[in-house]
Amino acid sequence: MLIIQILLIVFLIFALSRVVLRFRSGQIKATEFFFWSVLFISAIAVVTFPQETTNLANILGIGRGVDLVVYASIVTLFYLVFRIYVMIEDLRHEITLLVRKIALRQTQSKLSLK
Amino acid sequence: MKTLIVVPAFNEQDSIASVISDLKKHGYKEILVVDDGSTDLTKLISQKEKVKVVNHIVNRGLGAALGTGFEYARKNNFQAVVTFDSDGQHKAESLKALLDPIAKNLADVVIGSRLLKNLSEMPKDRLVISYLGNILTYILYGFISTDSQSGLRAFNKKAINCITIKTDRMEVSSEFLKEIKRNKLRYKEVPIKPIYTEYSRASGQSNINSFNVALKMFLRLFR
Repeated sequence: MLIIQILLIVFLIFALSRVVLRFRSGQIKATEFFFWSVLFISAIAVVTFPQETTNLANILGIGRGVDLVVYASIVTLFYLVFRIYVMIEDLRHEITLLVRKIALRQTQSKLSLK
Repeated sequence: MKTLIVVPAFNEQDSIASVISDLKKHGYKEILVVDDGSTDLTKLISQKEKVKVVNHIVNRGLGAALGTGFEYARKNNFQAVVTFDSDGQHKAESLKALLDPIAKNLADVVIGSRLLKNLSEMPKDRLVISYLGNILTYILYGFISTDSQSGLRAFNKKAINCITIKTDRMEVSSEFLKEIKRNKLRYKEVPIKPIYTEYSRASGQSNINSFNVALKMFLRLFR
């Protein structure tokens, strides 16, 4: 086993442990726990058995296993960036609803004072 | 007809007083300035003009300000709402033609189109952006409008109650059209003659910002 494989596996186990801890403390939902666990366990499998990815890549018509990993990672990253974009937009809208509520409440209280 | 004129304003201290006095001069008394977190004297000047002012504690954008105006109209049982720009681009004299189809119950929503007449007076860059906005609105929402980005609009009670504004910024102009289609509202356009000054051009939707607006409209489809 190469040094880089050992370093990556150690890091991925650390990441997986964070997922478990966050789930236990109730900070992430069951679906999120499932998604991140599958992602990190798959990453550990790929790092441990890199040759297997080449076999899978050949089935899919890609030359090297590492290319398959890069393609899959880019697609996943794009999707995650999009999810974060949606989440930020939702947060912004929630701030707007809050600002609106405060604005209208201030007006209402001013009217009742009159 | 109990009509509320919603004037969304963000840092418009140089124009807000004349906009309000123009509206008052034409007999419109129910004016609501939605001060969208201005850092200048917009709020103070509006209050001095003795109109209703609601204040966003932080800037949330045009869509958010108009949404607040709609919410105010719903809570206070207004029969019609007009959205009116605070940069001095619109003239209060245009409101009669805008509100006429609402008063006669010929339409649920009326939009003042800058592109039905007097095209030669519109700056060329604005003309191109308006046409691109119209094309994009048609592609994304299937709605045909001659001026999808116009800020002068009138809504009756039915429209006020069923339109839901989800976008916070400039995309709101196209969102209104999407909502008209979704709720099967009766739509009409009337020609308006906007006033283009250096000031109104600088404070509206900038040309570069238009790209951002288009991108946001597109991304919203995939949510």
